[in-house]
Amino acid sequence: MVHDALIIAGKDLRLEARSRVALNQVLPFVLAVVLLFGFALDADTALLRRATSGLFWVTVLFSAVIMVQRSFAIERQDGVTDALRLSSLSPGGIFLGKVVSLFCQLIVVEVVLGLCVVVFYDVTLSGGALLAVVSVVATLGIAAAGSLYGPLAAGLRNRDTLLPLLLLPVLAPILLGASRAFETALGRGVGGGWQWAAMLGIFAAVYLALGVAVWGTLLEET
Amino acid sequence: MEPVVHLHSTVALLGRFPALAGVDLDVDPGEIVLLRGPNGAGKTTVLRLCAGLVAPTRGEAVVLGVDLTVDRRSIRPLVGMMGHATGLYDDLTVAENVRFWARAGGADPADAGAAMDRVELAARVRSLPVERLSAGQRRRASLAAMLVRRPRLWLLDEPHAGLDAAARDLVDSLVTEASSVGATVLFASHELDRAEAVATRTVTISGGMVVGDSAAHLSAPVLEATHGA
Amino acid sequence: MTESVPAPPAVGPTSTSSRGTRVLGAVCLVGLAVTGLYAFVVTGPDVRLGNSVRIMYVHVPTVTAAYCLMIANAGFSIYTLWKKSTFADLAAHACAEVGVVMLGLTLVVGAIWGRMTWGAFWVWDARLTTTALLFLMYVGYLAVRGLPAPPRVRATRSAIVGIAAACLIPVVHKSVEWWASLHQNETVLGKVNPNIEGNQYFTLMLSMVVFALVAVWLTIHRFRVLWLTEQLDEVGVDAAIDERRAEHTGVEVGR
Repeated sequence: MVHDALIIAGKDLRLEARSRVALNQVLPFVLAVVLLFGFALDADTALLRRATSGLFWVTVLFSAVIMVQRSFAIERQDGVTDALRLSSLSPGGIFLGKVVSLFCQLIVVEVVLGLCVVVFYDVTLSGGALLAVVSVVATLGIAAAGSLYGPLAAGLRNRDTLLPLLLLPVLAPILLGASRAFETALGRGVGGGWQWAAMLGIFAAVYLALGVAVWGTLLEET
Repeated sequence: MEPVVHLHSTVALLGRFPALAGVDLDVDPGEIVLLRGPNGAGKTTVLRLCAGLVAPTRGEAVVLGVDLTVDRRSIRPLVGMMGHATGLYDDLTVAENVRFWARAGGADPADAGAAMDRVELAARVRSLPVERLSAGQRRRASLAAMLVRRPRLWLLDEPHAGLDAAARDLVDSLVTEASSVGATVLFASHELDRAEAVATRTVTISGGMVVGDSAAHLSAPVLEATHGA
Repeated sequence: MTESVPAPPAVGPTSTSSRGTRVLGAVCLVGLAVTGLYAFVVTGPDVRLGNSVRIMYVHVPTVTAAYCLMIANAGFSIYTLWKKSTFADLAAHACAEVGVVMLGLTLVVGAIWGRMTWGAFWVWDARLTTTALLFLMYVGYLAVRGLPAPPRVRATRSAIVGIAAACLIPVVHKSVEWWASLHQNETVLGKVNPNIEGNQYFTLMLSMVVFALVAVWLTIHRFRVLWLTEQLDEVGVDAAIDERRAEHTGVEVGR
């Protein structure tokens, strides 16, 4: 199953390298959102600095929705779904491969977003270890949930708009936990950063397990 | 000799619609079987059922020794299917596609080169992204992706459609060659002259069932149904 | 395994009412009347909250009923995936629908209560926020159910979404609760004397039972409507097969 996951992840990342959708479209989107928040909050630097954790993760969530759409639209092209069913790849492996590729792309987005935030909201980074761990665990959860709901709602006419409705309420706990943990890392929150990280870990584990268990049925029957 | 495909009174529902309404078909190894019939008759569904993509709702369905009423997944690596869609990623090159599908199908990606040779894809075409290819070149690439896995049962849905004369000849020669190495071919086509020249047997499908068979083993009930009893 | 052919309506409801549910319905009506009596007449205003405490008699039962229905939905969804049962699929649908209504009611009543007690419709308390998130998740579930698809595909998709949503209930609950505790937010029920006893306690228990019965009645009826609609959509498989075979008219038979 891991081997299959690597095959799929490799294919997805190669596709991304070739088509550069994330690079050319999502990263500028991220920058645009950072600026938009600045306008919305009237360039109040103090306020922006305080709100940074939340704004960061909201932006990540929106980017994730776009990237999940993309990730599964790829698999809807020209009979590829049937070809995947006909291959000897295990569905759990395909799911994990999708999770890995989404994870990698999201991490890149987060790094760039972090840079933007440092520049535009005048934030000084601190608590690096907590930031890194929380990012990894939260992104894993986002990628797992996205890869579970993606096949249901992405890449099909009349269904694209369903994905945000399905995905965002489900990702709300991640937004909550990651924002609070980031606040703690940046020296602003009420503490418990590592507990939030643990909660995020549970979320990720639940969705990874669910995805592996259920993806076979998803692939066959949807 | 055990038949490669054994369908008996097979019914297949797509949603609530009975695409196959009682198909009887036995195919021996090495045969090249042409499926003909009007549009909507169920030819594509027969092919998809043999690939394990459609579930048999009633009746018997055994392909390459696998009982499809019980397990549809283990048949899949053994068959190769080429339908109307290409099954290729537009942004990747032909070579990358063939290597990926080789790996995905449990085959050695190093065989990709040989597969692309067999379908006569020029070297410079192999490094082009699929979206830049003509329809004929895409079909060849699609074939290569199927051939690299060396399937024992070929399921081709209108393989000649949209191809020029040279490509059609290529398809015919590949099909004939396949049967000589022990693979079995089932294909649906409307190009009857060319298809009947290649095929060893012609089966006519209409209304979701087999109504004609050039081989002499038609079962009595079907004869009655078609000629009126 | 051979896929199950949709069964003709030999078993299952053939109408939306039955003796059992008529009795149940009557009990519900009486129960609601009695609860209303107790809530408004028999029990007096709360020592601390005044008259607004009466809202508790609606708010608590609706959220409890909703949680029970969510769990029922999860159970039916698992059964649908496991046994491919149409009954379970439709039952899950009915539970989710009534559950969404219950959640919506909880939100509205909670907001009213917040307004009456603290002057604001929304105070970001743990229970209401969790309810809002669950409401959205199950609205999403209903949206997935609404996508046009063959019944088996629709059933599988919805079951997966239902199970995923149910897996999240504890996560959402814990995280929101924890977060609210960090802020020491007002909780909508917070100021009610935890030692309610006597008439108030009895009324609360009574309303829980009555609302549970109402929810059950609604769910059963919704299920029956769905079931009958499903049967209406079926042409018997055999009839469809004959129709299909009749498409073959004089096609030239092979040599």
